[in-house]
Amino acid sequence: MLLVNYFRWFFTKNGLVLGSILMGAVAFWCIVMIILPQMFMLDYSFRLNLAPHEYGTAKDVLTLENYEYLLYGSSANTDSFNFQDLGVFWRTIVAALFVTAFDLAICYPIAFYMAKVAQGGLSRLLVLSLIVPYWVNEILRAFAFRIIFGASGIINETGMDLGLWDQPIDFIRADVALYAGLSYAYILLMIFPIYNAIESLDTNQLEAARDLGSPWWRIHWRVIIPYAKPGITSGCTMVFMLTAGALAAPQILGGPSSLWFTQRVYELFNKAIHWPRGSAYAFVLLVACIVIVLLLMRLFKVRLGEIAR
Amino acid sequence: MSADVKLDDVWVSFGDFVAVREASLTIQGGEFFSFLGPSGCGKTTLLRTISGFQDPTRGRVSIEGHDMAGIGPNKRPTALIFQNLALFPLMTVAENIAFSLEVRGVGKAERRKRADELLELIALSGQGDKKISELSGGQKQRVAIARALAVEPKVLLLDEPLSALDLKLRQHMRSELRAIQQRVGITFIYITHDQGEALTMSDRVAVMSDGVIQQIGDSKDIYDHPETAFVASFVGENNALPGKVTEVADGYARIETGLGTFRGRTSGNAALSPGEKAFIFIRPEAMQLGGGDNRFRATVLTEEFEGNMRHIMFRTVTDKPLRMSLINDGRSATEISGIEEEVGFDANLAVVLPHGPLAAE
Repeated sequence: MLLVNYFRWFFTKNGLVLGSILMGAVAFWCIVMIILPQMFMLDYSFRLNLAPHEYGTAKDVLTLENYEYLLYGSSANTDSFNFQDLGVFWRTIVAALFVTAFDLAICYPIAFYMAKVAQGGLSRLLVLSLIVPYWVNEILRAFAFRIIFGASGIINETGMDLGLWDQPIDFIRADVALYAGLSYAYILLMIFPIYNAIESLDTNQLEAARDLGSPWWRIHWRVIIPYAKPGITSGCTMVFMLTAGALAAPQILGGPSSLWFTQRVYELFNKAIHWPRGSAYAFVLLVACIVIVLLLMRLFKVRLGEIAR
Repeated sequence: MSADVKLDDVWVSFGDFVAVREASLTIQGGEFFSFLGPSGCGKTTLLRTISGFQDPTRGRVSIEGHDMAGIGPNKRPTALIFQNLALFPLMTVAENIAFSLEVRGVGKAERRKRADELLELIALSGQGDKKISELSGGQKQRVAIARALAVEPKVLLLDEPLSALDLKLRQHMRSELRAIQQRVGITFIYITHDQGEALTMSDRVAVMSDGVIQQIGDSKDIYDHPETAFVASFVGENNALPGKVTEVADGYARIETGLGTFRGRTSGNAALSPGEKAFIFIRPEAMQLGGGDNRFRATVLTEEFEGNMRHIMFRTVTDKPLRMSLINDGRSATEISGIEEEVGFDANLAVVLPHGPLAAE
């Protein structure tokens, strides 16, 4: 009933033509771009990897085999679990969490500085200098990191010139380049929600807290962070989701031993040509990310509505 | 408990702009002291200088005899109440009030006890668990006062804290503030552009204009014995007639204006000499129909009827009409515009002051 009333209100407000266009666009976006592809993938994940001529035959049955494969591996596997894929999955999630925490630690001070400390012109300059590097595409940025962290890259050169170490360090193999690249990749998505939140905080509140004797860290802890929490959660959610689902940075910056879970999904689709299993893996990653995000929101007592503000 | 605040030749500039110049004064411990002036006169800057958010460009601020240079706002024995109150919206009323105690590491139970005591002081007992957004304007106001008092400051600084309230509440809060001040007995320094507030609440008032303290005195002094043209025109209604001084003697001066030559008191602190440009200020309530030492004839422009008072406007040589306020005794006839009347005022109720900028209308 409520929905009917809502539609009536919506069409009275926008008129039949504009209302239909708006409604149609949103419906197209939701159904064709999001729901349908995901439904196909979900459906795929419960199918066997059949040749096209076998579709719809007796062999085409629903199965949990693809999910079982992630847990137990092939029947030839002698271990009790599929340690290889599960290990990659686990490492991806933990690394994404680590990257998120690292980004938060870097971005909160920057966002605070831009929102409350820097004066007009400087603040705009900072925003620009954060945005402009993102005009360079993601692949190029990742390669730039590869060069910086390479054996003869600027970091190794400088370190050795200063005598800090005498052999080039293999940052790529040690995954330092990967984590740095991933941390950098989505840093804006962390800074801007926090910046927006802190910016809207009344500066008098900071002065009031200071006037009441509060040291700077307590002002952050008791006044700014609680206020900016929706922004912080929003930033963390986006960075975590995108990092866990990143493909370009791990492909380019990942060491030979480190396989990101998305790379495994990519392999299944494009090399093994096993779409059902790839779909199953992708779904497990998606569900895991959503669960972790919801858990984090629960932990920090933030509601979905607040993030959307 | 209370403490003196002393300003010693304090200047504050922002780049080329001088916000406060040459402020020197001593505010006594336990005094209710107001800075009164139009917006942009530098009074808020001066308050921020006392609270420690702003460093003076020159000069010295001392509280209780201690030089405050280099001491931050969190270390001064002052508490500031902001114009918009700046209560913490995500904390409860009690948490807001006890924030300064939390900062000092006071235990939870003790904090709650102290918050309850302060809530009682501001007549909000039992409302400690409410959210800030659940309070009315006047209640928020009182919570802000309690939060500032929880620090046990020696000096409470108030930056136009009543300006957001409606008229009725504002008048109620005036007496409440005064009562709280007398109960806690600490020094209150109050900033306002509302002369009614300043005159009714304060022990002493400093009138400021363009960064300069024009005059310091008690309310009666400021109103009855203004020392500059600005103070005379800013505080209360005043008729200002420009003219030229012809004679100065025994605390009185004669001044030649477009309406005639009048006699008025001079101010002890503002020297005048014959030939000088000056103003004579006459309060509307000092004007009378057909009486007074100084008399002249003037034409009625209009009359405003206010119930208890009648205000009659007379045409003058300047474009500002001369205003006369009479108590409505129920007998006097209505003045009809266009008629000419003999009006006058007593010399001891008018004051002659050197020429200077008047307050903007």
